[in-house]
Amino acid sequence: MYDTGKIVAGLAVFVVLATSPLWYNALSAAPPDAPELPKPANGSTECVEATEFMRTNHMNLLDQWRDTVVRDDVRTYTSKLSGKTYTMSLTDTCLGCHTKKDQFCDACHTYAAVDPYCWGCHVIPEEAQ
Amino acid sequence: MLEKALSGSRAYWSWIFVLLMIIGGGVACWFWQFSEGLTITGLSRDVVWGLYIAQFTFLVGVAASAVMVVLPYYLHDYKAFAKMTILGEFLAIPAVIMCMLFIFVDMGMPNRILNVFLYPTLHSMMFWDTVALGGYLVLNIVISHFTLSSERRDEPPPRWLKPIILLSIPWAVSIHTVTAFLYAGLGGRPFWLTAILAPRFLASAFAAGPAILILLAFFVRRVSTFDPGKQAIDTLAKIVTYAMTINVFFVLMELFTALYSGIPEHVAHFQFLFMGLDGENTLAPWMWASSILAIVSLIVLINPKTRGNYTWLRFGCVAVVLSLWIDKGLGMVIAGFVPNPFGKVVHYWPTAPEFMISIAIYAIGALILTGLYKIALEVRGQLKKA
Amino acid sequence: MKNSRRGFLKFAGLSVAGVAGSTAVATRTRASEEHEPPATEGKRLALVVDLRKFTKDDALLDKITDACHRVHNVPDFADDPKNEVKWIWTEDFEAAFHSQEFHYLREDLKSKPTLLLCNHCDNPPCTRVCPTQATWKRASDGVVMMDWHRCIGCRYCIVACPYGSRSFNWKDPRKAPNLAEITSTYPTRMRGVVEKCTFCDERLARGEQPACVEVCDNDEMVFGDLNDPDSKVRRLLAEHMTIRRKPGLGTQPEVYYIVEDPRTLQEFAPAAEVFGEEGGHA
Repeated sequence: MYDTGKIVAGLAVFVVLATSPLWYNALSAAPPDAPELPKPANGSTECVEATEFMRTNHMNLLDQWRDTVVRDDVRTYTSKLSGKTYTMSLTDTCLGCHTKKDQFCDACHTYAAVDPYCWGCHVIPEEAQ
Repeated sequence: MLEKALSGSRAYWSWIFVLLMIIGGGVACWFWQFSEGLTITGLSRDVVWGLYIAQFTFLVGVAASAVMVVLPYYLHDYKAFAKMTILGEFLAIPAVIMCMLFIFVDMGMPNRILNVFLYPTLHSMMFWDTVALGGYLVLNIVISHFTLSSERRDEPPPRWLKPIILLSIPWAVSIHTVTAFLYAGLGGRPFWLTAILAPRFLASAFAAGPAILILLAFFVRRVSTFDPGKQAIDTLAKIVTYAMTINVFFVLMELFTALYSGIPEHVAHFQFLFMGLDGENTLAPWMWASSILAIVSLIVLINPKTRGNYTWLRFGCVAVVLSLWIDKGLGMVIAGFVPNPFGKVVHYWPTAPEFMISIAIYAIGALILTGLYKIALEVRGQLKKA
Repeated sequence: MKNSRRGFLKFAGLSVAGVAGSTAVATRTRASEEHEPPATEGKRLALVVDLRKFTKDDALLDKITDACHRVHNVPDFADDPKNEVKWIWTEDFEAAFHSQEFHYLREDLKSKPTLLLCNHCDNPPCTRVCPTQATWKRASDGVVMMDWHRCIGCRYCIVACPYGSRSFNWKDPRKAPNLAEITSTYPTRMRGVVEKCTFCDERLARGEQPACVEVCDNDEMVFGDLNDPDSKVRRLLAEHMTIRRKPGLGTQPEVYYIVEDPRTLQEFAPAAEVFGEEGGHA
């Protein structure tokens, strides 16, 4: 191989830079605990689906709701958990119970460093503002 | 072969540096446009397509014009064009890339561009335009890569390349036809609703593209030992002449139909362009300049004495390019929107950021063209030592 | 080394293209598992605007446009006409039907306020040109819908619309002064998408009339199903002479305008002679 020294040195620099998030986090202070999410103010104990399902799938569920409502004009959703029907609406249904967006939605989103742009268009109801 | 673009003289690198500066400025403007929205352009509720889409329309023509060297050489064995085809293909590639960039900067939601491929819509001409342009880019990259690398090894190109090259001929015609179809099927825009739009696009493309190629060939002749040869230049010049004549004829046909019939919604757009309408005459001096340049170019090009004189030929080619750039890159798109569907005249002129982004895209095209031509000339060992 | 380096680069490039391509195919097959639209009886929704009932400076006109724009959070860039967004608005009759060039029409009739909005055409050029199906005509009721999640902001639909019904968000609508405080829970749109009237599809889903129609209490605007032979819109279209905008283009717009018929001249010019009429209007 020509220029072995330069190539190995360059590769080493690249590996260090590419893995920087890993070793930077490992060397930093311990991350904060996972956020405690507040329960709905209206006392409701049952969500559209099971908590574990929502934790991992709420993004896909919302995408599915989005397409079903806008493109198919179907607005009621039947819960797989309880069989209850809900109106498919982020602002009305989801935020109807989870009224404090900053404590509920933003807490985990900030923790996980994700920035969904739903709120650029979808209105946050008055109570949450 | 790509590494050949990474070494060069002082002049080469100064040119690259200037281009990169321009590109940097344009990219900064585009980031501003991405965050603020297209409000920073001169576009409005009535004139929704302007400088960006007009440049796209002009450059699709330039991209298609490679067929004017490919067709004679590969289909009819016109040996004089043997050395020119790579220059034509290496002009088509940056032209198509610039087309795609102009579409990209014009989009309101460019981060959603993949939606065009995720949700293919067969009844939309814009979908087919994307397919056609993408396919043409791939075709040209494949063709130019394999012909040039074969030339480098002093071998004939692989046999399977020939059908691909022949495919690029109708494909080139189709990219500009489908672009014309974007405009020519809209009942709400009577200025564009004409069967002659696609033929006009092709005629102007086959005049402007080879004219640019001639000018590039002269420049290449100056900086290298590459000489396209008198026959190649003369034939290209004849192609430009015939295409420009046909294009001017088509324009006169359009003027006749509109003006003789006197139908207001057809006449109004021509009136806006050439005379101004309701006090709005921003484009009038440009359109007259374009017409005068067209006539002048025809006088220079039709006369065999001036066409055969390379100084006059250069002048004629510049006149052709400027005339057709004004026609397609300024007049045609804007005039489709003025007057608007209510018969009202609205003003449009690009803003400074709009110009900056457009110039930057041209600079990107120039950068790619420079790199590709450098590679081609180095491969042929013909670059003059600085 | 040179040849295998080129080979390596080509292989790397093809691998990236392959991964990207297969991801796209996977997403596409997932996306195609869309829901079947509900099997409803096909409606053909239409709007009839009774021009006889509008006069200049009629307060109702603002009520109508405000009802729509307020409930849909339509931005009002009052000082900035370049960025104008409007779903329903008023033009002079002469401008709305400008190709007719009413040279000798009475001035007040020339300037009769004419409400304009998306015509929800039966044969819409806008849906034909959209490259992503972000706008489409609903089979169930004929509403020309918008999907603001899919729109790429190419504005081809605006170019194709012969009526100037569509608006583009040149900037973030929430920057408009009237949207500093948002009162309706209907989503705003973002900068970079096209918007227009959707016949209040969210209200239709609740069995309500469009917001503009609801503020009319004297049938100035009437909304209904043309496929229902007993609907009010069908009766109006049978008994009154109506016009549509640019009918020659074959778009089949579904917004109809009742223009003056001789019996109603009594309202505006009682001294005029009207032959063989009992007076009054239906």
